[in-house]
Amino acid sequence: MSIAVIDYGMGNLRSVERALVHVGAPRVEVTDDPAVIDAAERIVFPGQGAVRDCMSALHRHELVDVLDRVMRDRPFLGICMGMQALMTRSEENEGVEALGHFAGTVRHFRRLTGDDPRLKIPHMGWNRLHQVRRHPLFTGIADETRFYFVHSYYVDPDDEFLVQGRSDYGASFAAVIGAANVFATQFHPEKSQQPGLQLLKNFLSWDGEPCS
Amino acid sequence: MGVARRIIPCMDIDAGRVVKGVKFVDIRDAGDPVEIGRRYDRAGADELTFLDITASHEERETLVHMVEAVASEVFIPLTVGGGIRSVADVRRMLNAGADKVSINTAAIREPDLVREAAERFGSQCIVVAVDAKRHGGTEADPRWEVFTHGGRKPTGIDAVEWAERMAEVGAGELLVTSMDRDGTRIGFDNALNRAISDRAGVPMIASGGVGNLQHLVDGVIEGHADAVLAASIFHFGEYTIAEAKDYMAAAGIEVRR
Repeated sequence: MSIAVIDYGMGNLRSVERALVHVGAPRVEVTDDPAVIDAAERIVFPGQGAVRDCMSALHRHELVDVLDRVMRDRPFLGICMGMQALMTRSEENEGVEALGHFAGTVRHFRRLTGDDPRLKIPHMGWNRLHQVRRHPLFTGIADETRFYFVHSYYVDPDDEFLVQGRSDYGASFAAVIGAANVFATQFHPEKSQQPGLQLLKNFLSWDGEPCS
Repeated sequence: MGVARRIIPCMDIDAGRVVKGVKFVDIRDAGDPVEIGRRYDRAGADELTFLDITASHEERETLVHMVEAVASEVFIPLTVGGGIRSVADVRRMLNAGADKVSINTAAIREPDLVREAAERFGSQCIVVAVDAKRHGGTEADPRWEVFTHGGRKPTGIDAVEWAERMAEVGAGELLVTSMDRDGTRIGFDNALNRAISDRAGVPMIASGGVGNLQHLVDGVIEGHADAVLAASIFHFGEYTIAEAKDYMAAAGIEVRR
């Protein structure tokens, strides 16, 4: 079983790779090669940094088409920027068109936190995840478990039904979205200790169906 | 609120080994960063910070290997600091598996480094360490100055303004150490921490002076710290991370347990 971790030059992919290996993934390839991605059985789409850089890196590496293909037919896990990039657009960098797999907008946290100086941006640290509905990737993870977040923008999907998990920072926001074979987390499972590793382990055995 | 206040054990590293070691029951090698990292992870530490105190060029390679080894076994955020002088240094540490890199002296010598590194890798992985000492002002309205070289060299820079500026140019987090309190075990300089935390807008880690668990509580409640960093109270087995979290939770502070 092969997993492709998509490498477009944005962020620390070694952590994702190591965590997947740690939970028993037999073959993990960190790659920007569309052929390797097409051949992989599962896809992990991580990312850090600014959205404009991410989108231009995806175009530069000619990954937009292959992403579009694999998001339709196999288990797909987006992480952090890899979640935000799935939306229609982001307000970051004065507005950037993203991949548009899901309808919705990525917005700055100041909208939620207001002027409260105690609510720092980036939202950094361990926050509770409220599981909105049952999902195979939540197997073995208690509701309200804490995961590690670091981000300044949050996903605001048009369709509430996409939201699989919520967290609170100033106000409630979508911390996990998903539909069909696609699942995406704003937090970093690869940095979220045992619960994060459990989620990655669940991903390895997930058949891509939203509910079992 | 939601997000938990973090407890971060900090280890000083020399030649890839933890200086003076860390005392855990049954530990096989008290100086091995991988084993210590794994123990702290299991004990509930929210992040780990490694500071290379020698930071000589010859030992960079050793540090890179150390970070790789720890990152393969420990799946919580790792910060590496000490001797980071260039964007290339930042990249090497991130590639080795560090999640954040702490920049100190180099930020003062070359403030563009922080901006450049943040643009290249994202603010989330750039921590600026601010070592400050009280200097001037009054008891009611104190001032602090940035120091380098472990508190030996004054820079003439106001610490609060500096911290604010670093956050503006791209620091995603500030690690504030009171050089007056470091090693004293009498508690953080909470006036300093509060001044920076309230003005900088990014998360602030308090450091320097922890001697007991009440100091951690004071750091959050009086110093407005988003995270507290400590070394000796954990390393020498005086308190466990769990005890620290219980104590903070009893004081009404949200922690991860």
